[in-house]
Amino acid sequence: MKRFWGFVRKEFIHIFRDKRTLLILFGMPVAQVLIFGYVVTNEIKEARVAVYDKSKDAITRELTDKIVSSGYFKLAKRIENDRQIEQTFREGEIKEILVFEPRFAEKLQNERPAKVQILLDATDANMANLLQSYTSGIISDYSGNIRVEQEKLPGPVIRIHSRMLFNNELKGVYMFVPGTMALILMLVTAMMTSISITREKETGTMEVLLVSPLKSMQIIAGKVMPYVSLAFLNGVVILALGYLVFDMPVHGNILLLLGETLLYIVMALSLGIFISTVSPNQQVAMFVSMFALLLPTMLLSGFIFPVENMPWPLQWLSTIIPAKYFIILIKNIMIKGTGFLFIWKETLVLLLMTLVFLGLSIKNFKVRLE
Amino acid sequence: MKTIFFILQKEFIQILRNRTMLPMIIILPLAQLLILVNAATFDMKNIDLYVADKDLSATSRQLVTKFEASPFYNLEKRSFNLEEGHDLLLRDEADLILTIPQGFEHELRTEHQASVQLLINAINGNAAGLIQAYSSRIISEYNQHILVEWAPGQSQNASRPVEVVYSYWYNPEMNYKIYMVPGILVILATIISLFLTAMNIVREKEMGTIEQINVTPIRKHQFIIGKLLPFLIIALFELAFGLLLGRLIFDVPIVGSLALLFGFTVVYLLVILGFGLFLSVISESQQQVMFVTFFFMLVFILMSGIFTPTESMPEWANRVNVINPIAYLMKVIRMILLKGSGFLDIWKEFYSLCIYALLSLSLAVWRYRKTA
Repeated sequence: MKRFWGFVRKEFIHIFRDKRTLLILFGMPVAQVLIFGYVVTNEIKEARVAVYDKSKDAITRELTDKIVSSGYFKLAKRIENDRQIEQTFREGEIKEILVFEPRFAEKLQNERPAKVQILLDATDANMANLLQSYTSGIISDYSGNIRVEQEKLPGPVIRIHSRMLFNNELKGVYMFVPGTMALILMLVTAMMTSISITREKETGTMEVLLVSPLKSMQIIAGKVMPYVSLAFLNGVVILALGYLVFDMPVHGNILLLLGETLLYIVMALSLGIFISTVSPNQQVAMFVSMFALLLPTMLLSGFIFPVENMPWPLQWLSTIIPAKYFIILIKNIMIKGTGFLFIWKETLVLLLMTLVFLGLSIKNFKVRLE
Repeated sequence: MKTIFFILQKEFIQILRNRTMLPMIIILPLAQLLILVNAATFDMKNIDLYVADKDLSATSRQLVTKFEASPFYNLEKRSFNLEEGHDLLLRDEADLILTIPQGFEHELRTEHQASVQLLINAINGNAAGLIQAYSSRIISEYNQHILVEWAPGQSQNASRPVEVVYSYWYNPEMNYKIYMVPGILVILATIISLFLTAMNIVREKEMGTIEQINVTPIRKHQFIIGKLLPFLIIALFELAFGLLLGRLIFDVPIVGSLALLFGFTVVYLLVILGFGLFLSVISESQQQVMFVTFFFMLVFILMSGIFTPTESMPEWANRVNVINPIAYLMKVIRMILLKGSGFLDIWKEFYSLCIYALLSLSLAVWRYRKTA
């Protein structure tokens, strides 16, 4: 046992003497949480619109003011002829152009309906969709007010009361704190372990370790021990940031939360060990961790894009992405405050994955011993 | 010239003979492109709807039918029991509960107004916003419908003072994939070129082979050109092949000039390669260079506007993006491919990147010493 602790100490020294890596290790989660909190957002705020007003009367001015004063839009340009439309879109800064037809006010009084056209740069379909629904919302409101206030027309009106459960203000933090945790813990642990083990192989020091009286299990356990503690600290930092800076609630049991985090880390570690047993050198280990983990964890876990909207083969594929289960767990515990009864299935899946990766690694590792 | 050619030859042999690296550089990224583009969608489909209809009148049933008819909704269950709905919401088996109160039709007829309630699982704020917008649209349309039906005297037009028509330019089918393919391509080309360069010289350092090169009469610039050119070629090849796949499989339009796109990409890659080389020169181990590179890359990718438009980012983020090379290409590749923007529309980005490339390459050359 004493030998084992000596070995663990060696590993810690290895990590701590590389100050730059250490800095990155703790800088990364902080930077990522801050970026997701403040930068990556789909919210529409002061989106730049152009107005092509062929009528230029009191009503079109009023409607334009109403749209601009909503806070969602900012009037960036006035267009005077048809040719400018295409040019405006091609320059790329403006994503929406409002076109009022000639004699707008007159038509509103007499013929009806008066038409307003919304032209959208739909290269980003999602953004175009949002802009369109915000703008038509404002215009329909205006249109409805004319009916009710000016003309006093009765008619059946269905009022809609919406309640946003669990997240009243539609904050993004509920998505990105669990997502960031899943991503960072996975990458840091899996990448660090796989690389540090392959490094020993590549530089030939692995053989030295193997002939030492330490058992192979002890070698692996000793190698991953520092990473477990570092990753766990990382997880706590992310949770604290989410809680203190972004008001992420913790409705459930915090011990359960930390326990599940630890389980996820151990799972990522065993994945890292597995990667190291199949990679001949650090470069390969890195590319495998990078490609097999970075984009799939980001895209298939439900972190950014909801899994339910994906085509079924991808939904099926997402079942082997560990991050997916971890994100479900975290959301359940933190936001909904549900207990273990609601999440035992996900816990079991993570546990099974850990065992599978460990089993495979032990099998591969023994082969190398001969 | 001849010396550079020999270094190039050496590098290519080293890359091509590595049977594990080769598929990782070529096949893995492209397979990812094919698979992951399908995952990247904000389209709401299969919204699981739970209806608590306490009115059970002709009107309330008609309203529910409208939801059923919409391709976005999936009617999970219909009952009077709100508790059960809450439970389903808690288990993520329902996204939305529509509650129609008792006396809905009666109030609508006599008092001309009645309410319905939407309870939305809003943990994903984005999706919740969309669910609300879709649902409101369906209810408003139904409202419009009964407005005309119940008041036969009025013409349809009189009830609509202003009509909104909209058209989606460049992408009338609202296909999100053609937006994501160029984005993911940029990421993949960047990962490949940045990591390969960043690890290259550190690797030679770690293995000790750098000293052998240092004692040869190879000049500094020859060495650096020889080191960078292979990765430039690989990344361009990757981009070309990825574009071809995108064109054939995802119908990504190529409206603008490909020559312009590739010209711009070469300048972009010079920035990235210079950056990678710089990191490689100042790092001591592969593990270290990898983590440093990884950090910058993740920050740059997230801020580049791949998932969310840079326009909705705060002012300071846009200022930070001035030094984010990925943001330039992310914007320009989509402009050229999807909208056919020409050089006049992108000259600002082009010249900024040119200056950037110059800076990053000189930084790398300046820091590189032929002494170990």
